[in-house]
Formats: sequence, structure tokens, C-alpha cells
Amino acid sequence: MIRLSIQARQALAKLTLPVLIGVAFGLMLLGKADALLAERARMALADALVPIYATLAEPFGTLRDGIGSATDLWDIHAENERLREENEHLRRWQSIALALDAENQRLKANLRWIPDPAPSYVTARVVADAGGVYAKAVLLSVGPNHGIRKGEIALDERGLVGRVTEVGARTARVLLITDLNSRIPVTLENSRAHAILIGTNGPRPRLIYWPEGTVPQEGERIVTSAEATAFPANLPVGIVHYSTTNIPELVPAAMLDRLEVVRIFDYGIGGIVPPEAPNRLPERRGR
Amino acid sequence: MARIDQAPGIRPPLTLGRRLDIAARHAFPAGCAILLMLLAEAPLGITDQAALLPAVTLACVYFWSLFRPAAMPPPVVFLIGVLFDLLAYLPLGVGVLTLLITHGLALRSRRVLTRQGFLPVWFAFAGFAAGAAMLSWALTALLSFRLLPLAPALFQAVLTTALYPALAILFTGAHRTIADPERA
Repeated sequence: MIRLSIQARQALAKLTLPVLIGVAFGLMLLGKADALLAERARMALADALVPIYATLAEPFGTLRDGIGSATDLWDIHAENERLREENEHLRRWQSIALALDAENQRLKANLRWIPDPAPSYVTARVVADAGGVYAKAVLLSVGPNHGIRKGEIALDERGLVGRVTEVGARTARVLLITDLNSRIPVTLENSRAHAILIGTNGPRPRLIYWPEGTVPQEGERIVTSAEATAFPANLPVGIVHYSTTNIPELVPAAMLDRLEVVRIFDYGIGGIVPPEAPNRLPERRGR
Repeated sequence: MARIDQAPGIRPPLTLGRRLDIAARHAFPAGCAILLMLLAEAPLGITDQAALLPAVTLACVYFWSLFRPAAMPPPVVFLIGVLFDLLAYLPLGVGVLTLLITHGLALRSRRVLTRQGFLPVWFAFAGFAAGAAMLSWALTALLSFRLLPLAPALFQAVLTTALYPALAILFTGAHRTIADPERA
């Protein structure tokens, strides 16, 4: 070790903090200049942590379920009544849907309709919230040889969740449709008019840029649009709801605050780069 | 560690076990901070859990910078900051700068604050929490070139302040017992 005088050592000790603050500014510039570096470091860290979180998820889940079932016991009777009613309602709809499906098949057969190819998908468990304070995203635990690529589409059992923005060795990060950086081309189902769905970081994203004259109706279903070939057409996204300030918002069909399992679909489309999350660059070729 | 033996008094010889003991006690604040940070990111299933990580990190850095700065030197704060940036998905450097400034200001106000009771220290921490939330909000907005909503930053400041007493009880206990190198 180099011997230093006491004065020199004290001076060095005093210098550490200003120098490190300078390095922090340098780190900011570095993060801005090479966004891929931060992304790689994040995914490496996530790869290391995901097994731990996946193990922890089980006892935490059991605990939550235990508390949940205890409170469920209180209103089990009312819940039963409600479910019976809903079941009857759904049965009626099921018969209508079956009839319509049969008619649709018949019409398509007459029109020589080319059917859409069935997309391949993988199912993955959501292990952690990966958004931080200023973003909405989730981290998925996927197997080592998953074959998931950026830009693939995540759905839960009810509707659109988001898109894959980062892929690690054992993890994938999905940017939710509620994120501030999310922009999704959508179709209003009744009027077939196009609009853009923008995330606000709140629970309900907003609709903008609908054509003049076709205002989104309260309760209207919103589906994805195939425009710009970023999404396949007609994936359910949610329904329109007007906020108190009279802005058309969307109530997402997917349960974005309680995601447990999502399916990642590969529709084989890549017409547009994945959403530009803060500090992210588009994917390099050959990865 | 050499500093300890310069103080007058009688103490057992520095065997390997005792050296390890002292080193472990020195490493406790940083280790405890990192463990709490990883735990704050675990899937607890709480809504708005994202604000838990900045709250825990800031409380750790503030408390140990104030009461045991030897165990929380600037390089350690820097490393905790990098880990924080990676875990919190902030632009690289934002958490590092916030924590280093917190550390520096806590060191400056050390002579005044450590003589006070719990309440003044907590009130001072409320100021630190608000300042840190605003600074990281402004830096994140600047680095991503867009105006971010202010509500999450306010919530973060409030949660950080509210969580401090619980963590302070834990840390004060540790400060007097397992984190004290004098007791090795």
C-alpha cells in the first residue's frame, strides 16, 4: 500500500464524494449514449433474481390466497346467487355465439376466405413488477430456451396486456398498455373507426385521434387494429368509459393489476419497432 | 480497522475470528440495505409496490450516513445507487446522484442531527424524502425528454417518510448491537 501523509489522506477522503458525484453525471451520459448497456445489465440482474422471486412467489401466494379465502367465506351466499344469474345469462349468449359462429363458417366457405394462420404461443408466469415508479411493466419468468423475441404480443385470458420490450436469458419484460410510452392502434368495434390508445401510467389509458364525426360510445368494445402491422386485428383490448372530465378512457379487459400468467403470441409480424420505453434503442439485427 | 486500536483501553488480541467479526459488523449496514432492496422488489402483491424500493433505499442511506458514516462510505453509496437504478428501472445515474447527495447532506448535518431526539431526525428525513423524490422526478423527466406525472413522486415522498420510523426502530437496535464494531 502506498504510504500517504495524514493531510494527503484526509484530502483524498474529502475528494471521494465530489468525484463520485461527477462519475454519477458521467453514468447518466453513458446511459443516454449507450442505452443497450443499461438494458443488458438490467436483464442480467433480472436473470439472476428471477429464480429467487419465483421461489418466494409461492409462499407469498399461499398467504394471500389464505387471507382471500377467509374473506370470501363471509359473502359466499351472495356470490353464489350472482354466479348462478351470470351463468344463465352467459348460457343464452353461448347459444347465440355458437349460431353466429356456424353462420360465419358457412359464409366464409362460400367466399373462399383464406383463414388466418394459427399463431404459436408460450405461456409464462409473471414474477415481479418491473416498472419502477415511472413505468408500468412486468417481468416474466421463461425457460432458458424460450425463443421469445422483442415485439411479441402478451395477452392474458381476457385481453391485451402489452408487448415484449426486453428479453434476457431466462426473463422477458412486458411493457403494459397502461405505460406512458405505450401507443396502440385500435378499432372502435361498432363504428369500425380507427383510433390510438395512449397509456397514462394510470389504470385507464386514453383514446385519441378518432375520426371526426364518430365519437367513441360509452361501453363500446375496443379491439386492436392491424394498421402499421404492429398487431393482428381484433384482439380484445377493453371497453370505452367516459371519465368525469368527459375524456374517453378505456377499461382494460385484461386484469393488469393482478397478472399471474400471460401468453406470449408470435404472430410473425414486425412492421414496427417495439415501443420506445425510456432509454431504449430498437433491437439490433442478428440478436 | 486500524483506527479502533488507536483508542486507549484494554481489549482482546486481534485474532482471525475477531477480525472477521469486526468486518461483518462493518458490512452490516450495506448488506442490510441491499437485502431490504431485493426484498422490496419481491412479489409481495401490494398495489403501488414500486414506491417501496426508493423508500427503503433512502432510509438506509440516510440512517447509516447519519449514525455510522464509517460503514456507509461514498463508494458503498455509489454501488447501492447503481443497484437501485437497475432494480427501479430508472435512467442510469439518477438514483446514484440522489443517494450521493443525500449522503453528503446527511454527513453535513450530522453534528446537529445526531444530538437530537427521534422527532427532529424524522422531520429532517421528511425534507430529504421530498427533495430526493423531486430530484429523481426532475432527472428522470429530463433524461427521457418528457413531462412525467407528479403524483407518483409525491406518493413516493409520503411513503418514504411514513416508512422511516419502522425502519429506524430496526436500525437503532442494530446500531447498538450487531452493527457496532466496538462490541466485537
